[in-house]
Amino acid sequence: MQNDTDARLRRIRGSARPTRHNARTIAALTGNPGCSRRTIVDTAGVDKEKLARHIGFPSRFGQSEFAITRTNAFQTLLRADDYAELTRLLREVFPEAPEQIQYLDLEATDNTDAQDQRYARDQALISQAIAGNTGATLFDHPLLSLNVAGQNVYLEPELLVFQYGGSAYVVQVRSFAVIDGQANGENVGQAALQAAGYVLALRQTLGNPDAAPPEVLLICPKDFSNVPTITRLDIRWQLIAVEYQLDRLTHIDTLLDALPPHLNLDLGLDASGNPTRPATELIDALRHLPARYFPECLSNCDLAFFCRHEATGHTAALGRSVREELGGIETIAEVLGFAEGTVAPPEEWDEAAALLRGAAWLYAESVAAAAYSGESAALGPSRDSREPERGVS
Amino acid sequence: MSVITAYARARAVAAGVAQPIATVRHVHLAERPLVFVPLTLAGEANAPLAAMIGTDAEKPTLLTVPQPRNRDLRFAFAARLADIVVPYVDSFSHEVEPLRDTVCAVDAPQLIVPNPMGIEFTRLLGRSTRFRRTDGPYAVAPGVPLLGRWLTYFAERAEHPGSCALLALTDALSLHWATGQSALEDTNLAALMAWIDPPAESSGAQAAREAENPKVWPPAGPATDPEFDNQVLAPLIRAYDTSAPDSPARQRALDELEQALASQLEPTWHLMWRGIAHLRSLPPGVSVAGRWAADRRAFTDFHRYVSEGGAPQPRRDGAVAAAYRLNLLERARTTYEAERAFDDPLVMATHRLTGEAFQGTVVSVDRERRVPNEKGNLVTRPLVTVHTKDPVRLPAGAKVAAATRRSQTGLIVSVETVPDGTLVTLELSGGMGRAKVPPPGSVPALDEQLCYSGVLPENIPSPALPPVEETPWTHGGPPQPYEPSDEDAAEVWE
Repeated sequence: MQNDTDARLRRIRGSARPTRHNARTIAALTGNPGCSRRTIVDTAGVDKEKLARHIGFPSRFGQSEFAITRTNAFQTLLRADDYAELTRLLREVFPEAPEQIQYLDLEATDNTDAQDQRYARDQALISQAIAGNTGATLFDHPLLSLNVAGQNVYLEPELLVFQYGGSAYVVQVRSFAVIDGQANGENVGQAALQAAGYVLALRQTLGNPDAAPPEVLLICPKDFSNVPTITRLDIRWQLIAVEYQLDRLTHIDTLLDALPPHLNLDLGLDASGNPTRPATELIDALRHLPARYFPECLSNCDLAFFCRHEATGHTAALGRSVREELGGIETIAEVLGFAEGTVAPPEEWDEAAALLRGAAWLYAESVAAAAYSGESAALGPSRDSREPERGVS
Repeated sequence: MSVITAYARARAVAAGVAQPIATVRHVHLAERPLVFVPLTLAGEANAPLAAMIGTDAEKPTLLTVPQPRNRDLRFAFAARLADIVVPYVDSFSHEVEPLRDTVCAVDAPQLIVPNPMGIEFTRLLGRSTRFRRTDGPYAVAPGVPLLGRWLTYFAERAEHPGSCALLALTDALSLHWATGQSALEDTNLAALMAWIDPPAESSGAQAAREAENPKVWPPAGPATDPEFDNQVLAPLIRAYDTSAPDSPARQRALDELEQALASQLEPTWHLMWRGIAHLRSLPPGVSVAGRWAADRRAFTDFHRYVSEGGAPQPRRDGAVAAAYRLNLLERARTTYEAERAFDDPLVMATHRLTGEAFQGTVVSVDRERRVPNEKGNLVTRPLVTVHTKDPVRLPAGAKVAAATRRSQTGLIVSVETVPDGTLVTLELSGGMGRAKVPPPGSVPALDEQLCYSGVLPENIPSPALPPVEETPWTHGGPPQPYEPSDEDAAEVWE
C-alpha cells in the first residue's frame, strides 16, 4: 500500500526532485488542515514556488540579502570556536551539564538520494546517546521523519538537538530580537509552533514519546545587539494543537483516490531546470485539487495568489472572521441576494439570511439618516446606491 | 468585526469600491500633523535606513543612512530626526489655556505613520535612543535622548483606545471604510487606498492588485521590498562602503542612494496625504474633540516632565504602574466604544442588530412621576415607553442612554413584545434639573424619535493599589528607580 502511494505521489510530482517538508510547511499545513491541495502538493514534494511562478501567480517570499547576511552571521557566531557560544548558552539553562559538550554536525553533503541511510544513521546516533545517558551531546542538522497524512516524510534539518540527562531537547536559532526580555508575539508563536513539529518528529524518529520534552530552547539576538540569548519555552499547548491538526489531515490515500487517475503536476523541467509544460494544463490539474483559501495563506503558501484568484467572489477571501459573521455563507452573491431579499434562502440558511436582511436594512437606514442630516457629501466614495427594501425581521 | 462591517465588505466586492462603515470621522486630525514614513534595514532589530518626514505635503525632508550597520551614521540619523521632531513637539507648548488649577496646551502634536508596523518602529527607535547620554565616552547629540523620550511617549499613547497622538493611517482608514478584501490585505496602504479611492476606469479590486506590485507601489515600510534590497540597495551600499571618504565616487554613491531611497518613499508620502485628505472630508464626530483634549492634557503633562529633566521611561513598567495603566486602558476602551456609537448611527447599527441598542418612537411619557429613593425621600423619576421594531435583547434592569440625551440614564423597567415590535419602558434619571416637575424638553416628548444604547462607558473600578514603594514581593517588590548608567549610554546598537 505504502509503495502504491509512493508511486502515485511520484507520478504527481513527475520528473523533478522532491522538495522536503520543513517545520514551516508543517506549521502551515496544520494551520489549515482542510486544504487538500496543499496536503497533496506538499506530500508529493512538488516545488510549489516553481509551479506558482510558471502558472503566472508567483509567490512573494523573496528574501533580502541583508536579512540573509545577518542570519548567517548569527548562526556562524553560535558555532564558532567549536560551538563555544552554544555551550555557554546551553550551560546557562543546564548549569550541571559538563563543560565539554560533544558536537556532531550531521549536515549532509550534497547527496539527497541517500536520505534513507542518513536518517537511519541520525536515528541510531541520537537513540544511542539517550540510551547511554552519558554527558551531553549536541546534534547539528539531524534528519528527522514525521508522519503527515499517513505518509512518512523527512523534515529539512534546520535544527539542533541537544541530548542531556537522557532527554533530547529541540534547539531553535531564530534571528528576531528579544528586547528587554520581550519579543514580537507573532514571531515567538511561529517559532513555538514550528518547534512543536520538530518535537513530534523527534519523538517519532526515536520511537519514544518521552524522549523529547515538551519545550524548546530558543536562541535569539538580545536587544539591538548580535549577542545571543537563550529562552526555555514551554510548548505543551502548541504540541497539542499540532498533534490534533495532524490527526485531522485527511489520509493521503483517501485524497488520492478522489483524483482522476492520470492527474499529475509534472512541470516537465528541461535540462536547465525550466518548466516546459503548458501552464494551462497545470492549472487544469490544480483545479482538481480542492483548496481551502484564507487570507492567512498569503503569508505562508507559495500557491496562495493562485488560490486567492480562484476564491474571488467567495466570503472566505475576505477572511475567516468575515465569513463567520456572514453566517458561513459561501459566496458574496448569495450573501447580497439573501440580504436584499432577491434570492430565497434554502432552509438551513434561514437564520443567517434573516440576520443579513436586518443588517442590510439597518445599514441603508443609517447611511440615509446621515445623508438626511446634510452630511451626505462626507460619506466618501459610494458608487453603489442599491438600497435593500426589507425591514428587520 | 461585526455583521454590519462584514456585510459592508460583501457590498464593496460587488460595488468594486470601498463602502462607508462610518458617517462621521472618529479620529482627530491635527491642522498640521507630522507625517513620518520610516524605512528599516531588513534583518536588523531596528536599523533606520531612511525616512520621509514633514508637516507640509509639498516639502518633505528626506533622511537617509548610507550604511545602516554603522553606529555613528545611525546616531547621525537620530540627531537629524530629533532636529525635526523635537522643535515640532515644542512648538505646541507655548500656547496654553487654563484648566482647573493648572494649564493645558490648546493644541498638541500628532504623528501619522503609514501602518501599525510604523508604530512598532517608532516604539523601538524610542527605546534605542532614550537612554543615551549627551556626555561621556558614548556621547550623542543633545536631541537624541529627547527624541527617544518623545517617540516613546507617542508609541505609548498609541495604545490608548481613542488617542490620536500617533495614528497608523491604515487603521484610521479601515475604521471608516470597508474594502472588498481582507483585513490582512488592508494593512497594505496602497491597496487600501486603491479600494477607497480607485483611479477612474478601474475597479477597487483591479487597482488593489496593481498596488500590491512592489515595483509599481513600493511597500509603505518600514520593511522594504526584498528585490529592491538585492538589486538596488545592496550594490549602492557597497559602492558607498568601498569609496574613499570625500571622494567623487563617495559623493556619487551618496547621491544615488538618496535618489533610490526617495523613489521608494515618495509614492507612500503622497499616498499618506491623499489618505489624510480623504479622512478630512468626513465631519468630525461629536466626541472627537473631547478625546483630543485628553491627548492635549497628556502632552502638556509629559512636556512639563521632560522640560523639568525627567528621566527616560523605564524599560518595563513596575507592577503598580502596569496595573494602573491597564485599568486606564480598559476604561478608555469602553468609553471610546460607547462614544463612537453615540456619534455615528452606522456604528450604532451594529449594536441595534445585536439587540444591545434600539431605536424607536416615544409612545407614552409620565413626566411627573416621583418615587421614594433608598433614604425615603421623594425623587423625580419620569417613565417613558418607546415603541421599536429593532430586536431588543436588553433585559429589565439594564442601563441605557440615548445618543441625543447622553447625560440622562434610563433603567429598563419592562420589555413587552407587541404584534408590530417591542415596547420598552424606561425609568429616567439625571439631566433634567432639580425642579420637582422636570422642565419641558429635559425629558423625551411624545412622538420623539430616540436611539437608546446599552453600550455605555464603564467605570471599571481600579483595585486598591499599594504605593509603589510598597509593591509586594509577589510582584517583584518595589521597582528600582531608574538611574542613568554608563551601560545604558553604551548599549550596542548594531
